[in-house]
Amino acid sequence: MLIAALGVVRFPDVYTRMHAASKSVSLGLVLMLIALILFFGTPMILLKAIAGIFFVFLTIPVASHMIGRAAYLRKVSLYEKTVVDQMAEQYKNFIQDKNE
Amino acid sequence: MNITEVGLGIATFFLAVALLLALYRLIKGPSLADRVIALDLISMILAGKILVYIVLTGEPIYLDAIVVLAVIAFFGTVAFARYLEKGVSK
Repeated sequence: MLIAALGVVRFPDVYTRMHAASKSVSLGLVLMLIALILFFGTPMILLKAIAGIFFVFLTIPVASHMIGRAAYLRKVSLYEKTVVDQMAEQYKNFIQDKNE
Repeated sequence: MNITEVGLGIATFFLAVALLLALYRLIKGPSLADRVIALDLISMILAGKILVYIVLTGEPIYLDAIVVLAVIAFFGTVAFARYLEKGVSK
């Protein structure tokens, strides 16, 4: 999670920041929950921690996907060294419609 | 000074530094999406701190709080994303 926060501070635009935040945070939380299972080792903790892992893996990707899509539709500027922009063709009409 | 205490100390230090960095991004962030990402990150770091606290005190009752915190952070982020996408309806 320290790596996640470092990436959020250092990366140049919204999309790369989101890449740092979502993946390393979910990895960190899941590893800590597994450590908690090993520390206590009772069935109730096991069930609750598995529910926690399930929710983390369910919610973090969906949330980052929605943030990224919203930021793209609001035309938050990409980093100037971006190589490929695959969403440009797909969303061109939609963005123009929104700006009128 | 056994190994569990050392590990908990290291984890607490890392989480505190991560919380400060996320707070920096929350205050400085150039766009609104950056601030939303920083808020999401802060809630997840708080979940990690609750986990450290569970191991420190040996009271596993707070595990429910982590699940609830993850779900509430998800709903908050989704609400912010809808707002960013649609704008305020007039």
